[in-house]
Amino acid sequence: MPGARHSLWDVMRDKGYSRRDFMQFCTFAATAAGLGTQATAAVAKAFEKKDRPPVLWLHFQECTCCSESFIRASHPLVADVLLDAISLDYQETLQAAAGHAAEKCKNDVMKNYAGKYILLVEGSVPTKENGVFCVIGGRTAEDLLQEAAKGAAAIIAWGNCASYGCVQAAKPNPTGATGIQKLVSKPVINVPGCPPIADVMVAIVTHILLFGRMPELDAQGRPKEFYGRRVHDTCYRRPYYDAGLFVESFDDDGARKGYCLYKMGCRGPVTNNACAVTKFNGGTSYPIQSGHGCLGCSEKGFWDNGPFYRHLPSFPGFGIESTADSVGLALGAGAAVGVAAHAVSTNIRKRKLIHDQVAEAVQDTPVSEKVD
Amino acid sequence: MSSRHTYRRLYVWEMPVRVYHWLNALSICVLGVTGFLIGKPFTVSLAQEASGQYWFGTVRFLHFTAGYVFLFNMLVRTYWGFVGNRFAAWDKFIPMTRKAWQDIVEVLRIDILQTRGTGRIPLGHNRLAGLIYFVTFLIFMFQGLTGFALYGPMSHSVLGKMAAWVVPLMGGELVVRQWHHAMLWFYVLFTVVHVYLVFYHDYVEGRGTTSSMVGGWKFEREDLLED
Repeated sequence: MPGARHSLWDVMRDKGYSRRDFMQFCTFAATAAGLGTQATAAVAKAFEKKDRPPVLWLHFQECTCCSESFIRASHPLVADVLLDAISLDYQETLQAAAGHAAEKCKNDVMKNYAGKYILLVEGSVPTKENGVFCVIGGRTAEDLLQEAAKGAAAIIAWGNCASYGCVQAAKPNPTGATGIQKLVSKPVINVPGCPPIADVMVAIVTHILLFGRMPELDAQGRPKEFYGRRVHDTCYRRPYYDAGLFVESFDDDGARKGYCLYKMGCRGPVTNNACAVTKFNGGTSYPIQSGHGCLGCSEKGFWDNGPFYRHLPSFPGFGIESTADSVGLALGAGAAVGVAAHAVSTNIRKRKLIHDQVAEAVQDTPVSEKVD
Repeated sequence: MSSRHTYRRLYVWEMPVRVYHWLNALSICVLGVTGFLIGKPFTVSLAQEASGQYWFGTVRFLHFTAGYVFLFNMLVRTYWGFVGNRFAAWDKFIPMTRKAWQDIVEVLRIDILQTRGTGRIPLGHNRLAGLIYFVTFLIFMFQGLTGFALYGPMSHSVLGKMAAWVVPLMGGELVVRQWHHAMLWFYVLFTVVHVYLVFYHDYVEGRGTTSSMVGGWKFEREDLLED
């Protein structure tokens, strides 16, 4: 395998794709990476000339929904090219090889392309009990991650699992699951979502292939071009929010008219993602368009911020049914009762004091009149 | 047995302190009502098309505007804590001496145990009130930071960008929203207790506590005046 790495164009030509198909792909890739159609020529040039870097895709504690999403990228060529041709040398779900042959393939890449390969990680890593909760080929997830991360040119964390731990890290987090950023010393590109949007995943890989470096990241390690805006601010139902027209229950008239799902617990206003712009399954739809509020699946700890169908989450430590409002109302009522009781008690306990003051005032009256 | 006392009138709360107080009260009322509506919008039964109404947008606009008033008002008051008279000074809010803590215990005895007390309550903020106002300042700051952190992503506000670090620190915008909303109830509790205690001290001390925040004047027995 070493030495046999051709450019993307070489591979596509071998597979019988036309030049037109290739240029269409380049246009799509340029647009998906946020570069615009002017950059198509540069993209085409890069894909013609540059050798494809090998890609390792590791699976840990996850449900494979990231992979499922990835193979549904909107351009038919993208999945084909990236999975089949961009030398995805190791992908447990999709690889042809198995057992020792697959392990050898991975080890060869890590040895022969040290410092050059791209590492994609799907799933969280357990840290409790020395990581026995996730063992592949007799080795723990953390061990495998550390080995693969050492020689990686870039590391991408697919989905909420690899970014933040997702459902496995939800309370009480029995396996001590964590995102990979905490475990490796290199910078990690977090692509959270459950799953992330296929076209976003493709665009990020394209960006790295094209420029040979990471896209611009925000404070949480997410690419700004896709996670820089909130779902709410790009949502097509936003005018209903500003007009104060809300769905009150899932079968009411407002739901039929497509009003804002804010009161149904939609997490759009607190979720950074490109769902409302890029959408899923080739631009078909996204949750809100299908009449269901956003769950905030690309946000850290979204499983613990439930219930999903209520605007305010439960207040930590006060049980499932309590919002900040129910706790606050109880405290407010308590304060009002306390104050009323205090007022009554004041008039009893301080009776003499008040009486003295009144007596003093009555005594003083003639004096002040004399002064006048 | 009651005895006669002569009272002197003293100018305690200067104009900026009074203006701060009422502007603060007003902005907290606006922020509280609009904030609660933002958290729990009511249902409009006679709804027009979305293009025909904008009430929720207006509620949010009022909230953000009041937020700016609230913040800058607080900054002016902080400045006045360094240049104002001795009743407005910053050190009245932080009990740093043994005497200050003794005063706090004294106020607690008068307010909670409702005993007669041995000493007298200071003319300006009593030490307990000062400490509680200091805690409210901290909560004002928290509310300002979380508020502008939530406001940041939807505006070009410089203040929003300055508070952006709060979101990852607290673990996401939903958590920030949760705490920003929960602290609304602090203001409700504070208002109940604050208004009551003003009336209570006015009644028990008889020194014009309530009206002092309007005109600035308080009264003190001449034989108790220190300086």
